[in-house]
Amino acid sequence: MSKQNKQPLLQRPAVVGVLASLLFIVIGLVLGFVLLVLLNPGESVNGMRAMLTTGFSSMDKLGKVLYQSAPLMMCGLSVGFAFKTGLFNIGASGQYTMGAFFSLLCAIQFQLPWFVCLLAGAVGGAIWGIFPGLFKAYFNVNEVITAIMFNWIGMYLVNLLLANMPMMLASGWGASNSDRTAALSAANPGAILPKGPLAGLFGNSSWINISIIITILFAILVWVILQKTTFGYELKACGLSRDAAQYAGINSKRNIVLSMVISGALSGIGGGIYYLAGTGQYVLEKSILSMGFNGIPVALLASSNPIGTIFSALFISYIQVGGAAMQPAFSSETIDIVIAVIIYLAAFALLMRGVIAKLVSGRKEKGGAAK
Amino acid sequence: MMIAANIISMTILFAVPLLLVAMGGMFSEHSGVINIALEGMMIIGALFACFTLQAFDKNGFGPAHPQLAMFIAILVAGGTGMIFSLLLGFAAINLKADQTIGGTALNQFAPAFAVVMTWAIQGQGLTTIFIPNWVRITRETFGLAPVDGPSFWNNLVFKYFYLTTPVAIVLFIVAYIVMYKTRFGLRLRACGEHPQAADSVGINVYKMRYAGVLISGFLGGVGGLAYTVAVGSGFNSDVGGYGFLALAVMIFGNWKPLPILAASLFFALFKVIAALNSTLTFLPKFEGVKEISNFYQMLPYIVTMIVLIFTSKNSQAPKAEGIPYDKGSR
Repeated sequence: MSKQNKQPLLQRPAVVGVLASLLFIVIGLVLGFVLLVLLNPGESVNGMRAMLTTGFSSMDKLGKVLYQSAPLMMCGLSVGFAFKTGLFNIGASGQYTMGAFFSLLCAIQFQLPWFVCLLAGAVGGAIWGIFPGLFKAYFNVNEVITAIMFNWIGMYLVNLLLANMPMMLASGWGASNSDRTAALSAANPGAILPKGPLAGLFGNSSWINISIIITILFAILVWVILQKTTFGYELKACGLSRDAAQYAGINSKRNIVLSMVISGALSGIGGGIYYLAGTGQYVLEKSILSMGFNGIPVALLASSNPIGTIFSALFISYIQVGGAAMQPAFSSETIDIVIAVIIYLAAFALLMRGVIAKLVSGRKEKGGAAK
Repeated sequence: MMIAANIISMTILFAVPLLLVAMGGMFSEHSGVINIALEGMMIIGALFACFTLQAFDKNGFGPAHPQLAMFIAILVAGGTGMIFSLLLGFAAINLKADQTIGGTALNQFAPAFAVVMTWAIQGQGLTTIFIPNWVRITRETFGLAPVDGPSFWNNLVFKYFYLTTPVAIVLFIVAYIVMYKTRFGLRLRACGEHPQAADSVGINVYKMRYAGVLISGFLGGVGGLAYTVAVGSGFNSDVGGYGFLALAVMIFGNWKPLPILAASLFFALFKVIAALNSTLTFLPKFEGVKEISNFYQMLPYIVTMIVLIFTSKNSQAPKAEGIPYDKGSR
């Protein structure tokens, strides 16, 4: 019997982590409901019902949940991977944007098939992830600062490049608008992710494709890297204590850079997978895409566990689809408030976990005393 | 010459929010709390200040006493920013939470909250709060006669003149004095450098850190209003990343007031160049390149990164920032 199994079920760190995440979700949802009641009491129950049930209301909506959860999962994996190695990757948004750009570049400009485009997305994200890593390892600049700066640099750079590539824009393919990239159905149907085995299940839902399968495979891959390889062990050692890892002969500088590159690549794939679905076109934005930031709550809810990320991404995507259905009575941003509450609670997750562990063991002791 | 007057006045207009918010970040970080929630604090301050201005516009108080109404709006912005910053303080100081994650939560919360509130108050789908016209300081405010046609001095002073500008100058001077010439400032900085030592001589580290966070909330909130009036097209539940730009300004200014002032003017100049680049004849012309303004908007961030490479070795960043203070570890 392994050591872990000797511990009582409710005191295992993984179980406490799941309980804590469920508690965050419940608190977030309750506060969201309170907000709805304050804003519009008459509609509040309907709004809450829309938030919580829309995702399962039809196969089409369920397809949308899966479609949106794929990029979220990749961003969550990216942020979580960096967390495991002691880094806070707030730059997932910029890496996601870069990944989207590289993918679309291969898809539209170079007319390549979807799997090449997806790989290109990984390369784009990795390039954008290497900067925070290099700055942290060699110039001792906090990765949060570098990542924030590169989020903005990435957004402006992509805007600048796209505006000057007539072939990339929708206007280059017969459409009238020049503020977004070309629709893949017109430019290169071969770059659209196939529906694969899911086609039969979801019929002709426009949302569904194999992205969810790809991302789940990536989640498993990341779990294997972190748990079963020497490389993953070294990365985690650097995350726990950089000095101790250095002392043990691990090249911590190299590991910081590599960890950010992998993290960036994961976000980049997220950007690719979202736009290669063919349903969305990249719009030249004035503000940073929120998808990368939503990777943060996904990772936090999963306590950075890659397998947990699958479920937390599905959950976040589920309430986002529900949030869109709350309109027009409530703005769909209500969901962002719920998510913000969850992140806020997760910020003192350690403390919360301590409280939960104490509650659980406290009840046990009482029970024991009563006997 | 006209264009010079426009550039200078616009630069000052956009430097004001950067200066205020970066000074706010400076107070928070010198007390030992990393504040990446500046963006959120700006949004909350701007949101409530805009509601206040709108209410004054409706009940007639605003048009009758425009600058008094604006002054109250500034106080509202600062006050609500302070209340919002308590959330960061509570998480970072009392609960010893991860400060960057806590700040991220606040940044996520503020724009969503602003949209939801704007919907609730203005009605569904109306996401812009318009700023009343009387907010701007004109020649009439001083009882001066209007001048015919454009003139250099008139453009320089009155083209973009809002009460937030003189208030920012006063706040800057006060902040400088507080930081370097008072007992409070010295104690605040001690808490960011070595809280254990500060505690050992009887300084209440928790109280000082709360003070730093609250001051940053006040300055952040006022900065949010200053940004909103500078943009002029109303409040859309965002401040265009100025909170993050202010963070860059603070780092660029090496956590010191005077360099921060210079950095905010420098960053604002790039913003103005990005906005006006098509009309500025002295800029290099990139023939055939579209949307070149993106390039000028990108520059301040790139310059910040380059500066960081050279200055990180002797950075003046507070040593204990980001580390929750635990009395037990003294």
